[in-house]
Amino acid sequence: MKKFIIKRILISIVILLCVTFIIYALMRCLPSSFVENMAMTLSQAPGAKSYDEWLQQLNASYGLDKGIFTGYLTWLLEAVQGNFGDSWEYTIPVMEKFSQVIGLSVVMGGISFVLQLIIAIPLGIVAATKQYSKLDYGITAGALIGISLPAFFFATLLKLVFSVKLGWFDLYGLVGRNYAQLDSWGKFLDMAHHLVLPIATLVIVSVGSLMRYTRTNMLEVLNADYIRTARAKGLSEHTVIYKHAFRNTLIPLVTIIGGSLPGLFSGALITETLFSIPGIGYTSYTAMSNGDIPFSMFYMTFIAILTLAGNLISDILYAVVDPRVRIA
Amino acid sequence: MDDLKNKNTQEEFSLNDDRRVKVLSPGAMVAKRFFRNRLAVVGLTMLIIMFVFSFIGGVVSPYGQDEQFYTYEVMNQDYAGVVENNDFRYTIADGQEFGTILQAQFLLASNNQAESFEYKDVTYDLTLEGPDFYTISSNGTILAIAAKNIINSESGEDFSFNVKLEALRAYTNGETSFSADGADYTLDADGNIMQGSETLGYISRFVVSPIENGVTISREFKEQISEAVDQQLSEVDIVDDNGETQHFEMSYEPETGVWTIIRAEETYVYDRYASPSAKHWLGTDGNGMDMLTRLMYGGRVSLIIGFIVVIISGALGIIMGGIAGYFGKWVDNLIMRIVDVFYCIPQMPMIIILGAAMDAMQVDPMMRMFYLMLVLGFLGWPSIARLVRGQILSLREQEFMTATEACGVRVSRRIFKHLIPNVIPQLIVICTMSLGSTILTEATLSFLGLGVKFPFASWGNIINDVNNSYVLTNYLFIWIPAGICLLVTVLGFNFVGDGLRDAFDPKMKR
Repeated sequence: MKKFIIKRILISIVILLCVTFIIYALMRCLPSSFVENMAMTLSQAPGAKSYDEWLQQLNASYGLDKGIFTGYLTWLLEAVQGNFGDSWEYTIPVMEKFSQVIGLSVVMGGISFVLQLIIAIPLGIVAATKQYSKLDYGITAGALIGISLPAFFFATLLKLVFSVKLGWFDLYGLVGRNYAQLDSWGKFLDMAHHLVLPIATLVIVSVGSLMRYTRTNMLEVLNADYIRTARAKGLSEHTVIYKHAFRNTLIPLVTIIGGSLPGLFSGALITETLFSIPGIGYTSYTAMSNGDIPFSMFYMTFIAILTLAGNLISDILYAVVDPRVRIA
Repeated sequence: MDDLKNKNTQEEFSLNDDRRVKVLSPGAMVAKRFFRNRLAVVGLTMLIIMFVFSFIGGVVSPYGQDEQFYTYEVMNQDYAGVVENNDFRYTIADGQEFGTILQAQFLLASNNQAESFEYKDVTYDLTLEGPDFYTISSNGTILAIAAKNIINSESGEDFSFNVKLEALRAYTNGETSFSADGADYTLDADGNIMQGSETLGYISRFVVSPIENGVTISREFKEQISEAVDQQLSEVDIVDDNGETQHFEMSYEPETGVWTIIRAEETYVYDRYASPSAKHWLGTDGNGMDMLTRLMYGGRVSLIIGFIVVIISGALGIIMGGIAGYFGKWVDNLIMRIVDVFYCIPQMPMIIILGAAMDAMQVDPMMRMFYLMLVLGFLGWPSIARLVRGQILSLREQEFMTATEACGVRVSRRIFKHLIPNVIPQLIVICTMSLGSTILTEATLSFLGLGVKFPFASWGNIINDVNNSYVLTNYLFIWIPAGICLLVTVLGFNFVGDGLRDAFDPKMKR
């Protein structure tokens, strides 16, 4: 087991190196005019150095004057030490900005994840136990609608109904107009109030796949021989489903839930952007669309690490949860 | 008896006799199972409707994708401004000088109600001829007139200094005639300066200037407006030179002292955000284009992008997965590590950055669409490669593969003729599903303004209009249909994919 984990981690590191190199190379190839713009503005200040001098200095400070390989190595050495440079868009160190915004994304992701579990697992199990019933059709169709709903369209609909027509929520933002005057409890409530619509969007849009996953796995388990045995023994349907079947469905469920835990940190790029919630997703969307190379590099590396971590966790959990699986 | 005989002959069929059971080919079995699945049939219907809508609708529609419509709209436009003149205007006598410095000195003096002022050892005398009407003289010679009333000449040819002076004097004193430079003039109550029956000019306190370009203000208009201003009217009907009556509204701005003459004018404008009507079933968008036609063409773009992307990633995935699965060992290892790397590349951020870069480079919208397809296709292949490889790994150990090897079939033929066709069912399922998700990704990108760009329509960039909150609230017909189209299409693909998966699955009982 230990050997397996170590091997997987090593492979992950190699993959991560490849991914970051590809991303770095791509970012370097982009004709990002940010540095030139910055040099232009700086050189126009009274008594400033010339444009060329500024350009040179900026390129040097961002490591853009080196070749892609040496530039990547420099970046990597710094990144390993946790220094991802200064964000061009936010003009503070990338890590500082990151630590400011990550909390909100984790809270949002966490709440919506828990809600998803609460909704998806029971519904998925019910659908599987009553396969081909009206309820099953309803749940399956609902799950597919959730998967097919474009997040931006659904968010807009929510905004129209709850913000514009009913006026219950604000259209954008995390805090209301009079946030500054509120006490800390009021501030908390205000933020929670502003997070209702984004979380609703997140849950509805992503609950479908988990629901389907639960249903498929439950169906598989229900077709297994040991369930037939349990029924043959004359156990009640309730015992069969919730003791014998459900526990076995937990194996793939725990695996996939464990695997998606790191994803909670990645933020919801689209949803946060739609509602202007200053989490990691919205922050990096702004950075990326403005050609902020250091921040984009960091965000993509971060996502890649999370993906790898997710895969690793689900592989390990698979072996831990299911005693039948033996990893060489 | 006959019946019994028949029965007996029926029972005589042996168990494996084809006539005994209705034999279905595997394809027909799949089709049967597929059409039994109600959701799948619904999905298929939705897809057919959307395809017809997008591909045939665009042909049937009488309008073009980027055809703009115009309409006449009545708009209130500022036509002219009327100002009551509150500054002294100076008329300088022939051969005399009364420059700006002297004018300033005069203003000072007149404000102090002084009778004279000195400048550079010269004394200038002010004579108050009437309210807001001074003559300035030095040593008995009149140098200039300072008055707030303005003398306008009808012909454009200016009056001589003496005429102006006398006219102003007469106007101030309420006289009806005056003479200057040896000629007699008459002056009526409206301030018209006449010689005989010919009107030469008029005196007025108001300055009427056109606000709109290309408007010339006629004499009559000025007069009628001045009258209206005098009477403090808020609306006025004016008969112009052609005998047409035009209606004007007037508004007074006390702070600036300006009357604004507003004319309701018909303008030829883009028919923006027109409500649904018989001509435009879903109204028009912000550029005055027919919404329904845009939707049809948008569907075409979205579907075509979806198909091309899936074809690209499918082809790449089949080739890479096939090679990896068939050869195994280090080839498999290498390709699977590449797949791992691609799996790790964050798709959405990548495409957003590329989109932003293309924005900066101002890539042509057509080229942009191609790049978008290439990038999406190139990022999508790993999952297909994984699937193909997994299937092939188990298939290649089966007897029919040993047979192909024994027959000396070429390797490429073995992979693509014997192995891949066995993976087709799973491939069709995954491709159908990824068609849906590709359309979603494209729509999301276009919504963010990073995908398909104007003038091309796409369901995503049609919904993009809601970034304007006014559209969000008031023009539901702009974005709701596009969202519904998107939802229906993606849902159709997912339903069909789901149904196909069940239909292809031999374990499924129904």
